[in-house]
Amino acid sequence: MRRLMAHRLFWPVAMLAVLLLINLIAFPGFFSVQIRDGHLFGSLIDILRNGSPTLMIAIGMTLVIATRGIDLSVGAICAISGAVACSIILGSSDPGNPGTVAVAVIAAIAISLVLGVWNGFLVSVLGIQPIIATLILMTAGRGVAMLITEGQILTVNSPPFKVLGSGFFAGLPVSVLIAAALFLFAVVLTRRTALGLMIEAVGINPEASRLAGVRSRGLLISVYVFTAFCAAIAGLVLTSNQTAADANNTGLFIELDAILAVVIGGTSLAGGRYSLFGTLIGALVIQTLVTTVYTVGIPPIATMVFKAAVVTAVCLLQSPRTTELIDSWHRRAQLRRTLEASA
Amino acid sequence: MTVLAPAPRPAETPSRLGQVRNWLTNPKYGPVIVTAVLLVGMLVAGAFRYRGFTNPQVIANLFIDNAYLLVLAVGMTFVILTGGIDLSVGAVLAMSTMITASLLQSGWSPGVIIPLVLVLTSFLGLLVGLMIHYFQIQPFIATLAAMFLARGLCYVISNTTISIVDPVFVALAQTRIPILPRLSITPSVIIAIFVVAAAVFVLHYTRLGRTVYAIGGSEQSGVLMGLPVARTKVLVYVISGFCSGLAGVLYSFYTLSGYALTAIGTELDAIAAVVIGGTLLTGGYGFVLGSVLGVLVLGTIQTLITFDGNLTSWWTRIFIGALLLVFIILQKVLTARRV
Amino acid sequence: MTEPQPAVSMEDITITFPGVKALDAVSFRMFPGEVHSLMGENGAGKSTLIKALTGVYRIDSGVITLGGEQVSFSGTADAQEAGISTVYQEVNLLTNLTVAENIMLGREPRRFGAIDWRATRKRAVELLERLHLDIDPNSRLGSHSLAVQQLIAIARATDFNARVLILDEPTSSLDADEVQELFRIIRELKADGVAILFVSHFLDQVYEISDRLTVLRNGALVGEYLTDEILRIELVQKMIGKELTVLDALERKTKAQTVDEDELVPYIRALGLSRKGSIEPIDLEVYEGEVVGLAGLLGSGRTELARILSGVDRADAGTLTVAGSSARFRTPRQAIHERVVYSSENRRSEGILDELTVRDNIALALQADRGWFRPIPKKRQNELAESYIQALNIRPANPDALLKHLSGGNQQKVLLARWLAIAPRLLILDEPTRGIDVGAKAEIQKLVSNLAENGMSVVYISAELEEVLRLSHRIAVMRDRRMVADIDNDDLITDDLLAIIADGAETEVVA
Repeated sequence: MRRLMAHRLFWPVAMLAVLLLINLIAFPGFFSVQIRDGHLFGSLIDILRNGSPTLMIAIGMTLVIATRGIDLSVGAICAISGAVACSIILGSSDPGNPGTVAVAVIAAIAISLVLGVWNGFLVSVLGIQPIIATLILMTAGRGVAMLITEGQILTVNSPPFKVLGSGFFAGLPVSVLIAAALFLFAVVLTRRTALGLMIEAVGINPEASRLAGVRSRGLLISVYVFTAFCAAIAGLVLTSNQTAADANNTGLFIELDAILAVVIGGTSLAGGRYSLFGTLIGALVIQTLVTTVYTVGIPPIATMVFKAAVVTAVCLLQSPRTTELIDSWHRRAQLRRTLEASA
Repeated sequence: MTVLAPAPRPAETPSRLGQVRNWLTNPKYGPVIVTAVLLVGMLVAGAFRYRGFTNPQVIANLFIDNAYLLVLAVGMTFVILTGGIDLSVGAVLAMSTMITASLLQSGWSPGVIIPLVLVLTSFLGLLVGLMIHYFQIQPFIATLAAMFLARGLCYVISNTTISIVDPVFVALAQTRIPILPRLSITPSVIIAIFVVAAAVFVLHYTRLGRTVYAIGGSEQSGVLMGLPVARTKVLVYVISGFCSGLAGVLYSFYTLSGYALTAIGTELDAIAAVVIGGTLLTGGYGFVLGSVLGVLVLGTIQTLITFDGNLTSWWTRIFIGALLLVFIILQKVLTARRV
Repeated sequence: MTEPQPAVSMEDITITFPGVKALDAVSFRMFPGEVHSLMGENGAGKSTLIKALTGVYRIDSGVITLGGEQVSFSGTADAQEAGISTVYQEVNLLTNLTVAENIMLGREPRRFGAIDWRATRKRAVELLERLHLDIDPNSRLGSHSLAVQQLIAIARATDFNARVLILDEPTSSLDADEVQELFRIIRELKADGVAILFVSHFLDQVYEISDRLTVLRNGALVGEYLTDEILRIELVQKMIGKELTVLDALERKTKAQTVDEDELVPYIRALGLSRKGSIEPIDLEVYEGEVVGLAGLLGSGRTELARILSGVDRADAGTLTVAGSSARFRTPRQAIHERVVYSSENRRSEGILDELTVRDNIALALQADRGWFRPIPKKRQNELAESYIQALNIRPANPDALLKHLSGGNQQKVLLARWLAIAPRLLILDEPTRGIDVGAKAEIQKLVSNLAENGMSVVYISAELEEVLRLSHRIAVMRDRRMVADIDNDDLITDDLLAIIADGAETEVVA
């Protein structure tokens, strides 16, 4: 039991289990999954589908945080990516043509990659603290998105584009499949190559890594570029789901949810060892929390209070000070036992 | 004649030039001077380009429209001077407007509500400060939790707009205090100026203020010099909480309503104002008056864009982002020169 | 015999950190109007003792008396109040504030609740004048050199009406003139009856300024001496100590086994290598299969030289030739690619990755050299880990153990494995046996001998002269950032090295 509790994924999984249990008791139909028109439907599928954009961004964020960084600009990149795609689709003569949508998607991703290079440049070449470097794009990014959409909410009516956010493939929502593919890609990319090792090394001790010959500059840029890539895809899914690009609200606060998912998943904000699987669980915890609160009948936005409670609890649990307090308490208890035994 | 070397210039000219260069390359004054020049430049450019910009009321309106932001920026200045950051200020401001509006609706007296709101937000700041100092949680994440909490509480109070009809609030919102013919300000401006003055006093004439700068310079040195680092570090978040609460009250004077989604992203404006005002994000350098300049720069950008009519309002964000970039790089360059 | 009352006396002070006795019943005293030097090598307990005296650390047992009264400090502020001021090696002032602010911070005179800036500045000027320092009180501290900052720190320290002034390595970043300026001030304070605790690794300075010495070694008191009554060589001996261990069983390599120098080019040759504020120009050659020992006290330049040779720090001047062709290492990465590796003395901050496994730690440098897109296959990684765990006897013998759970000696072996995995031609080991148990130490020393026998060049740095003598074919001695001797290890004994370290007696240079 102790061994199990010491496992880094114990608390996130336990949290998820408790949330699901609450739902099971409160709503007996929660776990039922039906097949309608060959598609799967049910609360669980909703959780997966609604949580997929957060998960996509959290995947990139996990790697950034593992290098001791953070990326606040992902929400703005979502907005820009959605805006680029929608304005291209709207500008074309044939919005329903898959070719048009492909061009739009590729353009959106390409622009986001440039933004990722920009973030990485500020962090690794100019040496600006990540939180500050990405704050710039966080501030300006939504303005840029507005510029692209010319201040309008761009509603698109393009069946191929709509598939990204609300389509189904093989019975499952396309967005869930995309998130799964991205997740697998990240796992394979970092764990089948030595990228993961390098990222963790730089995050744990940049100086020791330098002495061991690790080249951190290119590594940092790639990580920010990958996060921007994740954000671009999440932005496309969100935009497609709403069938509209809204420069103000697409991906609003999603950076915070993504960071939260990473933290809940057991990756420390201090950098170093990361767990993509933990992040997956973290994203599910958040989305289940939101869904639960919603089904209970509390206004959805009040979930922020619960998120605050979760993030505080997780941080306090992770704090070195807490470990110290628990340790000293343990020691004192032990001492008392020995004293009692000897008395 | 051409053979002759130019006559030696009077000695003070190069030294004065040198003096100017010294100021500009000094991380303490450089950014503030740049900001001041920028502000004057923008105002002069505005005066040349747009009719009606020369009206002194334009300047007064800068203060009227941004009184709440001034107060937020003051609190943020304290936090950033210690090397921290407070992401919760926008949400706490919104929470403050919500509490004020809903309590007024239930018939409480403004004389009770305002102190109560200030105590509550200061208390929230205290909790954040304790988390940051005693549990060594990064300011970023601790204030993020506070932001979630405050924003969530807004919705718990109400998810619709609550209008304020209390006569005292309405009076405070609508009163115009003439200071010159054709020039007037609001009571909020006076409160904001008072807060700024108090902050200047605290930062420059009390040991608390000096400790704030010391923590930003080097927390470890501060401890070794025997300064009350722990207490001060917690206190800056209390001050920021207080300022956010007060800014919320001023904001409810300004809008005469409480709304849960209000002031989203205001924390970014406050941070931008402080940075543009010359406070180093790593702490230790900066002035409250610089932050005032920063707020005025942001306000002027907004005003210029309004006057222009061709530029759309989203340019504001882009301009602010660009300015942030310029000032962050400027800070980087100036601190890198420091030995 | 009647002695004046000590300004400070510490009796039987013991401080224990988890697993380590940092101070073991150490006694220490200082008299008013005396300069007292605290001597000892790394890990001797100097800084622990100072931190106990200034209230940074709580003492586990023992008594501190100040002017005859027993005291107990709960923080630096307490100690300052009681008249104990400290000036640290890295000047602990605030570069973002002015000189006057720094001197007066926390004690600014106030009027009506507000800081009276005029009085503050006046007081600061008085303090500066008392030390005959002509410094603009309104200038920013960061605009002054480190030396001046140091003097300002002393000015601040003396305003506490200090009875005891602690100067921890105050001279490490000063040049000769600046040191004299500092000594002038120390003498003035001494004349005022202040008891001054002086810590420096420069023996000349210690002999010039101090009246009394206390030597610590491995957290224990070696003894208290009057400076006039102890020879340098005795002092160095007491600091370094003699080691009586099982290690003597290890056979000593002599020059007979090295190859004939005339026939071979050295594997690495440095000519006039220097770096400002770090080392003066140095020439050094290391041949294949040769172990060159670098001896010298802490701060003598031994580590600095190693860092420059391996690209960790960049040289300002001089040339480096590796395997016959000229090399310029600007990063450790480049040096590693040429198979020149440096194992840092700071195992914790510059070596291990404590959150990673033994396997990952071993593979890191090799992997970094290959690039991330050419991963070492899992099977090969395991073989690598298993083979080094066996060869170096790493315990626990589990490639998946996190490094933070290993003992210091085993962490050091993992680091060695990391470097050996890339098949180095020149291995620079900086204090590889510091702070590890005797068994591991013997194993590491044996390994170094074997590696050299198989043709690897090794530069071996250690504060323990026996160790250097036992392993090296040739010994280069560093002193005050210069190389003062480069001698073959023919029947050398520790006393020979001690003499060179203490006096820089270049007459003894053999080769």
